[in-house]
This record gives sequence, C-alpha cells and structure tokens, in this order.
Amino acid sequence: MEYFLKLFLSGTAKGSIYALIALGYTMVYGIVQLINFAHGEIYMIGGFTALIFGGFFFSKGMPVGLVLLFSVLLSIMYAAAFGFTVEKIAYRPLRGKPRLSALISAIGVSMVLQNFVLLSQTEKFLAFPSYLPEFKWLQPYKEYINSTQLIILGVTAVIMVLLTLLIKFTRIGKAMRATAQDMHMAQLVGVDINQVISVTFIIGSALAAIGGVLICSYMGQINYYIGFIAGIKAFVAAVLGGIGSIPGAVLGSFVLGWTESLGTGYISSDYEDAFAFIILIVILLIKPDGILGRTQRQKV
Amino acid sequence: MKRRNMVLVVFAMVSLLVLSGTQGVFAAPTIKIGVAGAFTGDLASYGLPTVNAAKLVVKDINDKGGINGQKVELIIEDDQCKPELATNAAAKLVSAKVVAVIGHICSGATKAALGIYKDSKLVTISPSATNPPLTQSGEYPNFFRTIAPDDAQAKLAANFLTKTLKLKKIAVLHDKGDYGKGFAELVKQYAEENGVTVALFEGINPGAPDYSAVVNKIGNAKVDGVVWGGYHPEASKLVQQMKDKGMNIPFLSDDGVKDNTFIEVAGKYAEGVYATGPTDTSTNPLAIKAITDHKKEFGAEPGAFFLNAYAAAQALLNAIAKAGSTDYNKIVAALQSEYVDTPLGHISFDKRGDIIGFGFSVFQVQNGKYVELK
Amino acid sequence: MKPRSILEDIGKSLTIAVWFMVLLFPLMVMKVNVTRGVAQVQFRWNLLPFVGIAAFVLSYLWKIALEWRERRGNDKSGGVFGKIKTLGGAYFAKPAVRTSSLVALLAFAIAYPFLFGMYHTNVMITAFIYVILALGLNIVVGLGGLLNLGYAAFFGVGAYTYGLMWKYVGPSFVASGIDPGWLFWISLPMAGIIATLFGILLSLPVLRLRGDYLAIITLAFGEIFRMVMQNSGNFTGGATGISLIPRPWFFGQKLPPTKAAIYIYFIAIVLVILTIFVVRRIEDSRVGRALEAMREDEVACEAMGINLVKNKLITFALGAFWAGIAGVVMAAQTTYINPDSFTLWESIIILMAVVIGGTGSIPGVIGGAILLKLLPEYFRALAQYRMLIYGIAMVLVIIFKPDGLIPRKRKQYTFEGKEGAK
Repeated sequence: MEYFLKLFLSGTAKGSIYALIALGYTMVYGIVQLINFAHGEIYMIGGFTALIFGGFFFSKGMPVGLVLLFSVLLSIMYAAAFGFTVEKIAYRPLRGKPRLSALISAIGVSMVLQNFVLLSQTEKFLAFPSYLPEFKWLQPYKEYINSTQLIILGVTAVIMVLLTLLIKFTRIGKAMRATAQDMHMAQLVGVDINQVISVTFIIGSALAAIGGVLICSYMGQINYYIGFIAGIKAFVAAVLGGIGSIPGAVLGSFVLGWTESLGTGYISSDYEDAFAFIILIVILLIKPDGILGRTQRQKV
Repeated sequence: MKRRNMVLVVFAMVSLLVLSGTQGVFAAPTIKIGVAGAFTGDLASYGLPTVNAAKLVVKDINDKGGINGQKVELIIEDDQCKPELATNAAAKLVSAKVVAVIGHICSGATKAALGIYKDSKLVTISPSATNPPLTQSGEYPNFFRTIAPDDAQAKLAANFLTKTLKLKKIAVLHDKGDYGKGFAELVKQYAEENGVTVALFEGINPGAPDYSAVVNKIGNAKVDGVVWGGYHPEASKLVQQMKDKGMNIPFLSDDGVKDNTFIEVAGKYAEGVYATGPTDTSTNPLAIKAITDHKKEFGAEPGAFFLNAYAAAQALLNAIAKAGSTDYNKIVAALQSEYVDTPLGHISFDKRGDIIGFGFSVFQVQNGKYVELK
Repeated sequence: MKPRSILEDIGKSLTIAVWFMVLLFPLMVMKVNVTRGVAQVQFRWNLLPFVGIAAFVLSYLWKIALEWRERRGNDKSGGVFGKIKTLGGAYFAKPAVRTSSLVALLAFAIAYPFLFGMYHTNVMITAFIYVILALGLNIVVGLGGLLNLGYAAFFGVGAYTYGLMWKYVGPSFVASGIDPGWLFWISLPMAGIIATLFGILLSLPVLRLRGDYLAIITLAFGEIFRMVMQNSGNFTGGATGISLIPRPWFFGQKLPPTKAAIYIYFIAIVLVILTIFVVRRIEDSRVGRALEAMREDEVACEAMGINLVKNKLITFALGAFWAGIAGVVMAAQTTYINPDSFTLWESIIILMAVVIGGTGSIPGVIGGAILLKLLPEYFRALAQYRMLIYGIAMVLVIIFKPDGLIPRKRKQYTFEGKEGAK
C-alpha cells in the first residue's frame, strides 16, 4: 500500500508536469485547431530566459526571492513575445489555407527555434539553479513528494482554475469561445479574431514559460532539446483528456502520469511509453473525442 | 492591404550574419582527413568536441609545416548519429578522396559507415565508439579506436562492485540505447558471475522530465547499489531524485557519465557517485596543452571525448607521417607499430584496432571533482 | 490599395527591428554558462547591431514578398509567372514534347551515377527511397485524407523484414553456398506483403477516429513499434540493430561500394517508376475516386453508398505496402539498421515531403521528397547552421506555397458551353 501510494504520488507529480505544458497546447488547439509543435520549444525558451535573467540578477547580488520573481516575470514576457511573433510570422499567413500546411509550418518553426538556441547559447546541458523555496515541514515526507513537486502541483491547479474562469467569464474568453466555435461567424459578429488568436498564443506561451521555469527547476538541468520530447507527451495528454478542453488537459495529464508511474512500478519501465500510448489507444477507442472532449456532430 | 507581417527570415539572416564564424581554407595540394560524427541534433554535444580536437591538432601540424611538406585539410561531415546519414557522410568523404577518417562518434553510425570505409580501404579511427564487436568481430580491419571497448569497462565496473564495494544486491538501469544498454547487460552478466543478485534490470526513457517512479521502484527493491548505463543528463536526474528521497546507496556508472558536465549539472548531488572512465591523463603535459589550446581557440572548456579525439588525430597524423605516404596498408602498419605521445599517454594499437597503453579506471566524485581510485 | 509612402514602410521596419532586438536580446546577447551551480552571464553586445540591421532588412523584404504573394493570390491568371506557366503547360500538353522531355529526364537519370560519382549516387538513392515513401504516404494523406504520423513504422517493418531474414535465414544460405544477396529479392515482395498486413491490422481499431485523433493514434502505434524493436532484445538485435546486411544479388558478383551504389540506384529507379505507375493507376481507379470522396466528406461519401471501412483499410494497406518496399531498399543501402531510423521524426519528414510537394499531387510529392532529402545534403556546407536554415526553408516554402510546390490539379469536367464544377 505504501508502495502504491508512492507510485501514485510520483504519477501525480509527473502528471502535473505534463499538465503545465498540455494546458497551453490544448488552448491553442481549441481555438485554431493547430497542433502547435513549436509549443515545446517555447517552453524550452522560457526555461532558458529564466536561467539567463536569474543568473544575471543573482550575480548582481539580488535576494533569492526577487531573483525568482523577476526571472519568472521576464521569462513569461519573453515566451509570450516569442509566441506572439511566431504566430504572426509563421501561422497567420497560413490561415484559411490547408490545415496540414500550418502543421508543417509549426514543425519548421520548432526546428528553427531549437537550432537557434543551440547556436546562440550552447549545445551542452546546463545545470538549472533552483530559486524555489524548500518547505522544511515536508522533510519527513520526502520519500513521497518534495517541495518542487508540490509547488508544480499547486501552480497547475491555480492555472487551471484561472484559465477556466478566464474563458468562462471574461470578455476575451467569450471571444475565444466564439472564435473556437466558428471563426467566420465570430468575425461577422464583430470579434477581432486576429486579436483573439494573438491573445491565445500569448497566454499559451506564457503558460509554457511558467512550465519551463518550474520543470527545469525540478529536473535541475536544461538543454535546447528538452522541448521536443516534452511537447509530444503534453500533446498526448491533451488528446487523452479531449483536446481543446482545459480540465481535460489536466485530467489527461494525470491519467498519463499515473499510467506511466504504476506501469513502471508494477511491470517495467522498459515499456513506460508503451503504457502511455496503450492507455491513449484504449481511451480513444472507447471515447473517440478523449475523456472530457465534446462529441462533435458531423455535418454534411 | 494593411499587413504588418514580420520576418521569419530574420531568424535566418540574423543568425547567419551574426554567428558565422571564421573558417579558414587551406591551399592545395593537401592531405585530406575526414571528420565525421554528430555535429547537429540532440547528440551534438558528443560530436562537436571531436571537431575542435581535430582542428587544433591539424592547426598545430600545419603551423609546423604539415606532414612531409603537405598541409593537412579537414573535411567535416555530420551524421547526427543516425545510421542512414552516416552512410551518406561516409560516401561523401570517400568521394572527397580523404585518406582517413576520424569518427564516427556513435557506435551505430560507426557500424553503418564502416562498411563503406572498409570497401574503400580507408582507415577509420573513432574517439568514442565503444561497442565491443567493432574490433572484436574482426569484420573491420580498417577500424581503430582511442577508447577501450565497453566490455573492459563493464568488467572493471562489476569487479569494483563486488570486490571493493562488496555489494550483494543491485539494480541495473539503462537508457535503452546501444551504448547504455550494452554496458548494462555486460555489467549484469559479470556481476552475476561474481555472485551478485541483480534485483532490477530496466530501461528508462532518455529525456523524460521525471524518474521518480523508477526511483521508488529501486527503493522498494531494497538494493544496496545502483548501476546506470547511459549518459549524464539522465544520471544527474536519477541521483538527484534518489537523494531527494533519502536514498544514499552507491551509484556507479560508465564513461558517458564520467564527464565534468555531469558534476556541473548534478552539483551537490554528484558527490560520491562512482564512474568508470578512461584513465585520467589530465596531468599529462600534452593534455594540459590541448586543454589550454582549446580554451584559447574556442573560449570554453572542452567537452566529451575531447582528449580521445585529440589522441586519435595525433596518432593518425603520426602514422601518415611515419608511413611516408597515404597508402592504406602502410598507415595500418604504422598505426600498429608506432607508439605516439598523446594526451592519453604513450599509445599504440593492437592487431584488432584497440588502443594499447590506455585503459579504464574507476573514479569517484569527491568535492566536486572526479578523483581516480587506485 | 492606396500607395504607401516609403517612409512609412521604413518606419514600420524600424519598429520591427527594435522589436527583434528586444526579443532576441536574452538569447543572442546574453550568453549563459553555469559553473558550480551558479549561472553567469556574458554579454555579447557586438551581436546586437547585427540583429537590428538584419531584422530591418529582412522585415522590408518580407513585406515585399508577402505583397507579392497576395497579388499572385488575387490575380490568378496574370503575372509573368502565370503566363509562362500557361504557355509551358500548353507546350507540355503536346504529346511529342511530353514524351521527348520524359525520355530526356530518364536518360539523365540513367547517366546520373556515372556523371556524379558515389556520394551523389548514394544521396540520390536516399532521395528515391523517400520518393517511394512519400508516394505511399500520399495515398493515405493525399487521397484518403487520413493524417498518419506513424508511417515510419511501416518503413521499419520493411527494413526489419530484410534484416531479420538476413539474421535468421542468411546463415543457412551462406552455409549451403547460396549468395545471401538473393534474400533481397525474396524480402522485397515479402516486406510489401507483411507491411500491408500490418497496415490492415493497425487500421482496424482506428476506423472510428477522425482527423487529429487518428494522427495521434498512428503516432502512438509508430512509437510502440519502435519500442518493441528496441526492447525485444536478441530477437531483433534490440538497440544494437542488425549489421552487415548483404547488398542485393547481382549475378553472383561481389560488387565494390561504388558499383554496388550504382546497382542499388538502378533498383531504386525501377521501383520509383513502378510506384509512380501504380499510384497513378490507383488515383484514376474506382478505389481512388472513392478515397477522394472520403477525404472531402466522410458522411456524404457514406451516404453515396461508398463503404468507408473498406476504403480506409485499403488506404492504409496500400500506403503501408510501399513503405515496406522502401524499407528493404533502405536496409540494403545502409547495410545496417537499428530502431533509431524509424522514429517519429522520420514520419514527420515524410509527411513534410508530401505537404511541401503538394498534397495529393504525384509530381509534387516526388519533388517534395527529393527536395527534402537533397537540401540537407547540399546544406552540409553550412555546417552547424544546416538544420536552422533547413527549418527556415521549410517555413518559407510553406508560407509562400501553402498548397505545396506543385499543387494538385483537380480533374476538370467541362459541360458543353458551361464551366464545370470546380
């Protein structure tokens, strides 16, 4: 039982890591129906920016709390700016064009950003100094969960609630829902869809940056390549939960985390990814639109 | 039409303009040496140091007037450690009429490329391909390496576990890759021969953000030591997550981890980790010179397999000089008969192509440094 | 469209230049290095002006390029290019010209390995393998409209068919004195059939799914295939793979690498021509039409009495067949296979070849595959900037040619006097 609980908690922690990235993924997908392959790269850039600014402020003797605050804020701003720019350059000209074209563009952007960071920074793995606090009271339970995992879990929950509120109750949220439902119709009733899509990318990328800082702090390392793998897993999680649905992305991530963790614990980690993909296949066979996805009616 | 669109090309040009380094062009006629390995992609960090090493050695030689009056020119081809790209890189080098090749970096890519080099009679000398059959199968008489094969390393690791650390029950993890899994399997085999129980033998996904599930599993198996076959990024996550959970059992790994980047990345968690690796030669004056040159030329500490690549380049150029020609048979003979002073020591090669005069030792991280255990 | 002043344009480009200087500042100017757990930042101010100047110039070019693209889009017939195309099209429509240019192309293709040497021959073989793959995937994506992100798995099935044949049947061939090169010719049809079976098997559970859900499921299958190959230990050689796979039998001769490359080159050419022939036949057949109908609208298509399940199965099966064939050629060319050659990334590259060439268009897909495989080879001179430039090239192509380089031409049926349906 104790072993199960440990595995369950590490699955939860892992799930919340996936969720941080999957939230941005699912948001963008929900609105523009684009599998944004570059999302993982934005997450990586968020991590790098935080490392750069964090290092700079720390070397100037700023207290750790402020270092954390400023580096996170700047990394959010920069990731958002990257998301905004990428959308404008590589996705907007393709709106209304075949959907596969936008997908290929996204893959191209992912390659460009990865190699850009490789060339402008380094090909090496770098240590990622964590400025996150450590909770003393958690020490006795260290075999189950650590401070960073707890923070990630908390942040995921907060973001999920905030995003849901944003989409449900604000003006821009309404516009987002309208755009998601029918882009042309939304335009006809006066929604500035360019603006809505830009905002979506900005928010999605900002989330990726938060993910980047937290996850890199947890892993203790960063490298230009971390985005690709994380992006694929997050995408799987988002599809599992029903792509386009905010709570779905979180639930899907947890299901993925638990599956992998319990599969590793009781069977073998050799097939960790296989468990993830098998649960994906099984769930999609039962519910073709994911756990919380809305069933789409087909029209002729 | 009010489109304010920005520029993707900006990325391209910006990076091109800004980053394009200076690459010298040598004058003909020259002795062409191929350098092949992963210079882009996710394994670039293992391949680029080899290019740097080759450049430094060649620069040295050319500054001294070249080999027998001829300048040496490098032809650098990327294979991203992928077999199919490796064959293309190899074909390109053959077409470019190189006389020998330094590379490839990964064992898989090396295997794919060696078929072509063998048929084209080109000496190939790898700084890092440790897969045992490359030399032991006898299939590739043109293959040499400046690193000991994995089985030597695994045997050393297994003996260290049983005789020095006196462990009884261990967990063996690997990264599912050619290199990591190969090492892990050999350690398992030798350790079991020594009477150790291998309670856990599992592959984990390289690049995953979190290994806490498998760490829990290690805890549950109540082992008294962990062996890792693979590279350092995963190793540092593993030790970090193990120590976070209060597990303080010995952690032993391979030369993919015996890299200063591991200590840099894992920080305080690296303390006490054991790794087998090429015997430390950094106090060797030639090694000191190579590293200083690297810092001067490239402004950074050299990366993985740098000294091995440096030695490979030196041994190769020395053999060409001693052979007095670029004839395949003469180079092979010179490599096997001539001893040469390199950053790795006084080395030569045996008939199978494995290095003589340089082997493996066990290291431990002590106070943020790898210390060789005698 | 009112003419804008150049000043206004320059102003905009300046704003963009400033934006990029700010955006790229941390990554370009501040170089981070971490030693002993402390991050240090080194400033490279000298790079900043370059960023600004490049951003300024490029944003200006970009604007012009986008306007050009817009103009071209609005004005379908016009433009010099359009005219050339129409003229060229009419010219090419003449059977004599068409045949003679095809013959010329073929002659060039035959002369190619003798003209350019081993390296270029090898590269061309790889390109041809990708042409076969892309044509196969085009059946699935272009005709059937089913997004498949696990296509590399079928490619792997083919390569492993040959690899395993060599590993298990090879020794007895060698023992009984038969040239193991024969295995290639045995494996070639076998791999096609086995891959087809895999295609049918895997498509059974996914028939209910549509669009991106289908894509992710195929991705999952592709990854599972690779994992099984990786973890199956000694049976498939695991991560170590299978090496020293023999080259195809050629009248009992052991060919040196240059000759062997030429030989495989011709095998590949024949297979490419065969693929083109078959794929064109499929396109114009009853099945091909049904597939196109399915791509346009599944529900309407079903209402018209077309059996969707059967068609989807056929799509996957046909697509997988060619991947299997390509896999065998690949194994014969590299003589070494391991699971790393069949990753998700490989599937993505094949998909890119299809889309960039022009989804559904056979000449487009061929061009796309050749371009995608040749570019990185010829970009080798760019060293470490290769993949960066490659990515940029992909994005540019897709933005300026969103329907692909050679878009698919719909069959047009004209009524007398009246324009037919689009």
